[in-house]
Amino acid sequence: MSGSEERARQAEVRTSWLLSTPALVILVVAAAGPLLIVLVYSFLTPGTYGNVVWQPSGKAWFNVFLQRDIFDDTLGWADAHLTIVWRSIKLSTLTTIITFVVGFPTAWFIATQPPARRAMWLFLITIPFWTNLLIRTFAINEVIRNEGILNSSLVGLGLIDRPIQILYTDTAVLIGMAYVYLPLMVLPLFAAIDRFDMRLLEAGYDLYASRWKVLRRIILPIVKPGIVAGSILVFVPSLGAYVTPRVLGGGKNMMIGNFIELQFGQGRNWPLGSALAILLLLVVMVALLIYVRAANREGGHG
Amino acid sequence: MTETPAIDVRGATKTFGQGEHLVTALDQVSVEIRKGEFFTLLGPSGCGKTTLLRLIAGFEAPTSGTILLNGKDITGDPPNHRPVNTVFQSYALFPHLTVAENISFGLEMLDKPKSECRETVERMLALVQLGALAGRKTAQLSGGQQQRVALARALAPQPQVLLLDEPLSALDLKLRKEMQSELKRLQTETGITFIFVTHDQEEALTMSDRIAVMSAGKILQIGAPRDIYAHPVNRFVADFIGETNFLTAEIADGSARLDGGGVLAVPGVSIRGRRTLAVRPEHLRLSAKGGNGGLAATVTQTVYFGTDSHVHLRLDDGSELVARLQTDAGGATGPQQGDRVSVSVADGAVQVLDD
Repeated sequence: MSGSEERARQAEVRTSWLLSTPALVILVVAAAGPLLIVLVYSFLTPGTYGNVVWQPSGKAWFNVFLQRDIFDDTLGWADAHLTIVWRSIKLSTLTTIITFVVGFPTAWFIATQPPARRAMWLFLITIPFWTNLLIRTFAINEVIRNEGILNSSLVGLGLIDRPIQILYTDTAVLIGMAYVYLPLMVLPLFAAIDRFDMRLLEAGYDLYASRWKVLRRIILPIVKPGIVAGSILVFVPSLGAYVTPRVLGGGKNMMIGNFIELQFGQGRNWPLGSALAILLLLVVMVALLIYVRAANREGGHG
Repeated sequence: MTETPAIDVRGATKTFGQGEHLVTALDQVSVEIRKGEFFTLLGPSGCGKTTLLRLIAGFEAPTSGTILLNGKDITGDPPNHRPVNTVFQSYALFPHLTVAENISFGLEMLDKPKSECRETVERMLALVQLGALAGRKTAQLSGGQQQRVALARALAPQPQVLLLDEPLSALDLKLRKEMQSELKRLQTETGITFIFVTHDQEEALTMSDRIAVMSAGKILQIGAPRDIYAHPVNRFVADFIGETNFLTAEIADGSARLDGGGVLAVPGVSIRGRRTLAVRPEHLRLSAKGGNGGLAATVTQTVYFGTDSHVHLRLDDGSELVARLQTDAGGATGPQQGDRVSVSVADGAVQVLDD
């Protein structure tokens, strides 16, 4: 290789690094940097008025799952923390399932519409994104509260004697999250179903498959990439949801997002909040790994 | 006593849309397809041949009429309850399954035991010569290979009738020729009734036991390839199958007086009146002018094809004819442009058409 060629190649490499600099700066400053700060904080000691004292400590991590009894100092599980983590995982999983069950027929319906009307339906699906999340959540509050539309109509129709308590329960949080995250499930499912070759349905029926078998053996395996994408898009933000459980769960039915906020606010325990935040990150990572691994194994035979 | 037909379509009508947009795809079609025969539905696109196939498969329900399979009424049965399989024009192979899994799909849906599925798949792979590709995904196959997988998949559950919807139209010429003889071989080996849809008359002639020629939702003629080629019932069939010269003539007493003068013998024809005559190009004989009583004509063009040549002729009344002449072994050039010739017709080669 001649010297001039070598120089040209080096110049090219320099240029490409230069061009990626803005992206790298943003990644370091806005993603890696804050994460690192959180990680470091989780190993420090809490200050009296919030903040942290620069004194290394593993107490925050210890307190994530364990606690010492105030009186006899015995070691026990931190039940309250475990309940919150468990509730977060349970509600996020249920939200993913509900959005899939509702979202799949919706996406199928849109994908099988004539192209002109399809655009209109997709447009309608995105309308909720125009309004602030907080306002949408309060709208759900208006629907399900004891004097709300749902309860007053049911009472009015004589179907129930007194209002059903939905607001400030796990059910309320579930309804709110399913509503908020439904479009995130519908859109990737639509993209996958839109690519699905409908002629395969006839081939399936022709080869003696019932409708259920066609769904199980042909449609679901082929649109699986869309199901995986939709599930990730719903599960991950649900797990860290803050506004919805706060407004609809009423502060009692906390999810991990609310609990973290509590540590940085009234709790004045930044290291514990940081440890919980890192824990959330780990849960998401593990869940994604399991999900993607399982999805790949089921579909691929080599 | 006649055998029960494999497929018996009785007065099937299929319309799409309604009111002003009503389209009649099939109009009172009746056809009996015998067990074990290679039956072809032939016609131009939009003639209703694919609709008829879809009625038999069960993808569409007839607006009226009934369909019998081995004497049993299957008109209302969904496709997954009919012992009939289809080879689709697009092949419609399952992209998420391997070649072997595609072939075994129908067997699994019929809840056949695992060992039987495996054996049948092996046998089918051998039958279509794809044993080496059993583990491949279908997207990695060539068009011809996909075609074979589609065939094997449809044959594996051993259907009573195999439906083939223009399966060769996506292949190039050489592959198409190969698959034609392959299909014929598979049909003979399996003994399954094949119903084959095509718009390619050559394909129909070479492969079929019988052909139904369709146009505008109706069956015009059903018969063996030879019958249809030699005795087309009307102008459409004569024109669609092979090449044909048409002449109009006044028929009386076994002879046809052409409009431009000249008389052709049509022995055994008892009808009288104005009719269209059809004569195949290969049945015309040319001789030097002054021969015995033929039609006088001028050669306008000759086109050499190797095995034969087409001689374009103009009769004295201005009507055009094409004659096909075998290439002479001695290398004689035959008639040339501008030559005056006398045209005669081989005995029995003149067909009097119904319209």
